[in-house]
Amino acid sequence: MPTMTLAKALNAGLRRALEADPKVLLAGEDIGKLGGVFRITEHLQRDFGPDRVIDSPLAESGILGTAIGLGLRGYRPVVEIQFDGFVYPAFDQIISQLSRLHFRSHGALTVPLVVRIPYGGGIGAIEHHSESPEAYFAHTPGLKVVTCSNPLDAYWMIQQAIASDNPVIFFEPKRRYHEKGEVDTEAEPMPLYQSRVVKPGDDLTLITYGPMVRTCVEAALAAGDEGRDIEVVDLRSLAPLDMATVVESVQKTGRAVVVHEAALTLGMGAEIAARLQQECFYALQAPVLRVTGYDIPYPPSRVETAYLPDLDRVLDAVDRSMAY
Amino acid sequence: MSDPVVDDFVQLLTPEGERVQHPDFAFGGSDEQVAGYLRDMVLARRFDNEATALQRKGELGLWPPALGQEAAQVGSVNATRLPDHVFPSYREHAVALHLGVDAVEMLTTFRGTAMVPWKSAERGLHIYSFVIGTQTLHAVGYAMGMQRDGLVGNPDPDANGAAIVYFGDGATSQGDVNEAFIFAASYTAPVVFFCQNNQYAISEPIALQSKIPLYRRASGFGFPGIRVDGNDVLAVQAVTSWALQRARQGEGPTLIEAYTYRMGAHTTSDDPTKYRSRDETDRWRARDPISRAQAYLLASGAIDQAWLDSLEAESEQLAVRVREGCVALREPQLEEFFEHVVIDPPEILLEQRDDYLEYEAGFDHPSVPDAEAAHSQSQAQGAF
Ligand SMILES: Cc1ncc(C[n+]2csc(CCOP(=O)(O)OP(=O)(O)O)c2C)c(N)n1
Ligand SMILES: [Mg+2]
Repeated sequence: MPTMTLAKALNAGLRRALEADPKVLLAGEDIGKLGGVFRITEHLQRDFGPDRVIDSPLAESGILGTAIGLGLRGYRPVVEIQFDGFVYPAFDQIISQLSRLHFRSHGALTVPLVVRIPYGGGIGAIEHHSESPEAYFAHTPGLKVVTCSNPLDAYWMIQQAIASDNPVIFFEPKRRYHEKGEVDTEAEPMPLYQSRVVKPGDDLTLITYGPMVRTCVEAALAAGDEGRDIEVVDLRSLAPLDMATVVESVQKTGRAVVVHEAALTLGMGAEIAARLQQECFYALQAPVLRVTGYDIPYPPSRVETAYLPDLDRVLDAVDRSMAY
Repeated sequence: MSDPVVDDFVQLLTPEGERVQHPDFAFGGSDEQVAGYLRDMVLARRFDNEATALQRKGELGLWPPALGQEAAQVGSVNATRLPDHVFPSYREHAVALHLGVDAVEMLTTFRGTAMVPWKSAERGLHIYSFVIGTQTLHAVGYAMGMQRDGLVGNPDPDANGAAIVYFGDGATSQGDVNEAFIFAASYTAPVVFFCQNNQYAISEPIALQSKIPLYRRASGFGFPGIRVDGNDVLAVQAVTSWALQRARQGEGPTLIEAYTYRMGAHTTSDDPTKYRSRDETDRWRARDPISRAQAYLLASGAIDQAWLDSLEAESEQLAVRVREGCVALREPQLEEFFEHVVIDPPEILLEQRDDYLEYEAGFDHPSVPDAEAAHSQSQAQGAF
């Protein structure tokens, strides 16, 4: 079984999608010769040509809008937004058009489009390069929103997203791009919109996704040393939420902590907490806690480690939940 | 170069340092002024090179070098004066230095110790913008305000002002920039659009953004566009003075395309060998903005070797100050950034700050970046 980085797994997944279906097109800024600023599309233009791997003019609304048109014409565009903070010029096309064309046309139109967005912090970047805007998209009816946390999922989820006839916002945890893992390129992947229990446990459930999965697994292992048996759920899909997996876990443990980098207010944690109190009210032995970014714009990089949830903050929440 | 250097640009100083005439534009200043521009350019380059070196040593997260674009920046900013207002992009280090932003303070953003902490109002310089193109609209709106405040078309020319906004060739593809052109034209706003066409937007060559010379786009929006040799500080100063003058008198916007070249990488995270040839870069090196100004001034006798030596000493002092100042920059604390989110922080934000402080106080030691975070930082290499 090959071992590869998350970045290489995405590259391999994109390559396989391009091979599998001539209608698949990639577009974005600097994705051709340069292979993208993170090299996710490295060599794809060389191998599939500039008609299929397209360097776009520097205009995100243009990238999204033309990709919608290509989608309407029967293509399966996969667009790259260079960094999380640069998706907003394309926001109108995503929110007002992409998410609604199916609805507006009474189901007559479908737009099989994937928007890839490297997201999250922890890379020492300047402004606009470390954001976690997933809740805006998960809040919007008509969009599927998924995020991978490891190379195996990266490889399969990108292909599943491309194969989906729905518009999919695909968040990539950029600070995990260089982390390695085994990728079984033959085994049947699990369904795209399903969450995964990445570490089983009986005492408390950590619910997380994307870049924070590794942080939570490490916290769970550290808690294990202190005799606490923590379960970690990698949501993988943020819209729709696979509440069945989450609820089953919390029914068992009775305690839940949601962890994400995005700010607290109206983040994914708010939705999950609301759903849990509704669906597991009697099983809960403590309030659902959240460990998140603070309600401030992403701060300068010298303080980002204090801003981002880390092992200690997760363990602190575990303590508070267990003490309840 | 594959892109033959166009003859439809304004040039007043050849790459060899010879003054040439142009039918419409003349540089009205003295050699003493030119020597001032040379000083600005030399100091800016030295600063820029130091910053690049600091990034290489890990002292800055990232640096976008302005190498090669000194004449475009120094020539244009030297055409401004208060109450003009300047809106930079993120590479206008020579502009910012000229307007008095402290060299060490400029590093804070790129070291990650602060946002963009310039007290900008009094110097007439807005803070850097990192989202491509957005600042063009801000400049137009600011200019509309100046118009309403009676700063345009007064009989006393000193009472007039205009806005000037910097952006790149890639930025011209953004909707915001095109909308800025439309608003400026519709309202005859006193604004100068100063586009540094440095031939690339990261890896993408100008041909991908525009099928016609950029300056010609202006005519479609209904205002004049002009291309200037962006490596000729005299021509840039002359053309920008003219455009600012038009704006201040109430004649509306101008698009200036300063034809230049980004001699360095897009940023320190970028690898230009992936998308352009060394030959191309070498050809542009022969058109260096600094050496031609220096050649001219030496030939005219306005400066001599002693003058250059003392400038070199001044550059060296700046370099030392930048190196020492950078590493001595104050380390911020996260709690400082709960301020200024809004003018009147809501209860929830103050609670979050207090929770954070209480949590931090529970540690014996100030929390240090864990090895994992340090690792992903060093790996990230994301060009911006
Ligand atoms: C809206 C937006 N999209 C993408 C980026 C990433 N990015 C940063 S600089 C850059 C290229 C800009 O090229 P240009 O306008 O020519 O200016 P230059 O860097 O050459 O000075 C890109 C794509 C960004 N900062 N903002
Ligand atoms: Mg450029």
